[in-house]
Amino acid sequence: MQKAIIEKAKLLLADGTVNRVIGWKKGDFAYDSTPAVFNSAEELDKDFVYDDFTAANVSKYLIKESQKEGRVLVFLKPCDTYSFNQLIKEHRINRDNVYIVGIECGGKLDIEKIKAKGISGIQSITNNDGTLTIETLYGTESVSADDAMAERCLTCKSKKHVVYDELMGEDGDVLDSNRFDQVAELENMTAEERYEFWRSQLSKCIRCNACRNVCPACSCENCVFDNPNSGIANKAPADSFEENMFHIIRAFHVAGRCTDCGECSRVCPQNIPLHLLNRKFIKDINELYGEYQAGADTESRAPLTNYTQNDCEPSVVHERGVE
Amino acid sequence: MNNDTLIPHLGVVTDIRIDTPDVKTFRVEAPEGGKVFEHMPGQCAMLSIPGVGEGMFSITSSPTKKEYMEFSIKKCGCLTSWLHMMEPGQQITIRGPYGKPFPVDTELKGKDLLFVAGGIGLAPLHSVINYVRDKRENYGNIQVVYGSRSMEDLVDYKEILEEWMADPSIEVNLTIDREQPEWDGHVGFVPNYVKELNPSLNKTVLICGPPIMIKFTLAGLKELGFQETQVYTTMELRMKCGVGKCGRCNIGDKYVCKHGPVFRFDELSELPNEY
Amino acid sequence: MLMMSMEKIDDLFALIAEKQALYIPADNKDGAAEYTRWSEGVRYSSALNTLRSAKDFFFPQTENLVDFKMNGKNIEIIDTRKEAEDFVIFGVRACDAKSFTILDNVYLSEPVDTYYKTRREHGTVVTMACTKPAETCFCGTFGIDATQPGGDVECASDGKNIFFEAKTEKGKAFVESISSLLSEGDTSEVEKVKENTKEILAKLPLANLTTDAFGGDKLKEYFDSDKWAGLSESCLGCGTCTFVCPTCQCYDIKEFDTGHGIKRYRCWDSCMYSDFTKMAHGNPRLTQLERFRQRFMHKLVYYPANYDGEFSCVGCGRCLSKCPISMNIVKVMKALEVK
Repeated sequence: MQKAIIEKAKLLLADGTVNRVIGWKKGDFAYDSTPAVFNSAEELDKDFVYDDFTAANVSKYLIKESQKEGRVLVFLKPCDTYSFNQLIKEHRINRDNVYIVGIECGGKLDIEKIKAKGISGIQSITNNDGTLTIETLYGTESVSADDAMAERCLTCKSKKHVVYDELMGEDGDVLDSNRFDQVAELENMTAEERYEFWRSQLSKCIRCNACRNVCPACSCENCVFDNPNSGIANKAPADSFEENMFHIIRAFHVAGRCTDCGECSRVCPQNIPLHLLNRKFIKDINELYGEYQAGADTESRAPLTNYTQNDCEPSVVHERGVE
Repeated sequence: MNNDTLIPHLGVVTDIRIDTPDVKTFRVEAPEGGKVFEHMPGQCAMLSIPGVGEGMFSITSSPTKKEYMEFSIKKCGCLTSWLHMMEPGQQITIRGPYGKPFPVDTELKGKDLLFVAGGIGLAPLHSVINYVRDKRENYGNIQVVYGSRSMEDLVDYKEILEEWMADPSIEVNLTIDREQPEWDGHVGFVPNYVKELNPSLNKTVLICGPPIMIKFTLAGLKELGFQETQVYTTMELRMKCGVGKCGRCNIGDKYVCKHGPVFRFDELSELPNEY
Repeated sequence: MLMMSMEKIDDLFALIAEKQALYIPADNKDGAAEYTRWSEGVRYSSALNTLRSAKDFFFPQTENLVDFKMNGKNIEIIDTRKEAEDFVIFGVRACDAKSFTILDNVYLSEPVDTYYKTRREHGTVVTMACTKPAETCFCGTFGIDATQPGGDVECASDGKNIFFEAKTEKGKAFVESISSLLSEGDTSEVEKVKENTKEILAKLPLANLTTDAFGGDKLKEYFDSDKWAGLSESCLGCGTCTFVCPTCQCYDIKEFDTGHGIKRYRCWDSCMYSDFTKMAHGNPRLTQLERFRQRFMHKLVYYPANYDGEFSCVGCGRCLSKCPISMNIVKVMKALEVK
């Protein structure tokens, strides 16, 4: 796969379709690639990587990249294409300056899950048909790829590319995902249990802003939490109330625009399952306004920014809140 | 427990002078009278209105003033706007003094001095000028070149007219950027004026003003033959602690609050151009 | 050397906790180790290191500095500082133990930060030698020996016994206070474990990374390097690296209106943030390139220039694991390095 992608990129560079490529650059270990821009075939040959761990969604970088001179080539996984489309819809990306090649994705692996098994001193990881052979300083380990699958990929919503100029391989389908099961579990808790769950999770927050800064839906030029004139700007919570509010306000702000790409939870250094907040909104929107997937297209009006006579009444909030 | 520099003292604003349309000078005394602390020319203090903010300001008055400190402050952001709305009698918090002063009692002693200021840049030099005036015998020839956008924008114009210009032992050259009917002095930008005045090369120069003014004045002085080791300036960057710990006011490895704010240009040219 | 059977570790914790607060690395619900106040039932984690660094004990993420009461034109200043309680941090690794001296350089130099100093005086640091370093470890780069972690009391284990060596006066008092559980023991096994660990340390993927190319006199070499643009281009400008870093020491001072007065508090800040140097009239670090450069220049050049060549990194590897886009000091050092 990596080889084919590099060849494709070199071809598109050579024939002038694009003048640079955004992708993932090889790191020091088996799992630590960094998003990067490649300007030449030599750079691609040297450092471009696409493997089980190239999980970063590079759509958001196109906000900046597409404003630059010339066209940039981007390889998008199915879930990344939803983020891209949503950014097009919000007029954040200059579509003319981007050439998209859709690439297949069988799910990405989470190195933290491998390390959580007590595997350390990792020297190399090879995936042979779903079995990972991990060479470490302390011996060889074998792990099933399914056991190391990133949480968000276990509940993958779609293998379909919703936007591309060209596809490598076959396009997949929208999946019948079980992604709302965990939300349902939370809904089934008592209010006290749910409060306890979120308090214990959100109190771990160190306000590093990684969730916000990586989020393709968080594309405000000046976030309300960074704006001293907003009255709520803060760097660290002065009390627990503020600690909760940061994530709740953020979830509200991306409601209806969040494509459920799962980057927020992937990057959280404290392992807070932030995507569950967003997913709750998605589930509610589906139930109250009919099925809606942000980023599935670039034209439709999102339920929360559209008025129809069939819209639910505000009282639904109260009615649904009553246990 | 010992005092901590992060815990401020109380100050009372006992007098407010309107200097220009956007500059006011605030006199600050301790609640029991007298100065809150002693300082040297060029040093700064953190002033704050709790709930509004805290900011670093250079102390405008000379240490030779025994009764109070003064701060000339330009309305610029949130805190300074609030300070401009204050009335006399208002308490503020104050901590300091911070930073390295101009070397008035060492390197500058016995020297001929040329002060070059633009706009609110007079504030930190004001303290030095009055200090050397009060200890006149310790210094050689003293010349002040000060410019502003207009007559109205000259900070401390009254004091300049009545005291500095009336003092035969110092030479004062004023300039404004554009012609004004009631102005019969020099018109033109400070850097050009300094070149026109062609100061003698044995002078030690102290500059403060907008970055662009500093840049062109320095270039002009170099053309005249001045060395970087003869020229001092004072810097301003965002500060929080004032004691080189919070980590934001550095230029290279130097913290403006601790190693500065006064730098000699040969020191500054060793540092990255990130200010 | 004085030692104790590993089986008695809970007795040890109980004994320490009788007199002072005790914090040990314990696995949380997600399976990650974090310093936890010990009470009956809290188990000592076998993890290599804690998710967050140990700097929190001396430099917490937020702390109150001073309170104010506003009354018309009058202000009341309320000193809210309290004497810290005595506490013990058990199981600190060599990297984190070294980070304390890096923080000390800043906070204990004149004018002394009394908030930091009080906690430092009241805290006893009991370290534990590493036996199973990870691929992300590179403490050796900074001259740290993971098998000799230092602290007030240095501990090492051979799997069966823990050996205690007091390194400071405070450490001696601590060892004295737990002497009822200790006996003299043979160190040959634990020495073997240390030798074995050293062999592993030498084989780590980053074992050859050196600081030779960096230091306080390297400003000119690196500040204008053309590498910064490429290195910083994918940086998200978040504060993850800064906040998981045991040596990052920058802070902001903020205020909070409680409705009954103003709390002035300090909190961790990050030079990666866009407002770090923003002033009413401009910002000297306008793009992520300048902010990114600041963080690494500080660690590799500015800090050594100010503190006798010491680097502001201990090679704990947290930023390597936690950066959302896997950009880190190792990649920066490798890319910049001019030999």
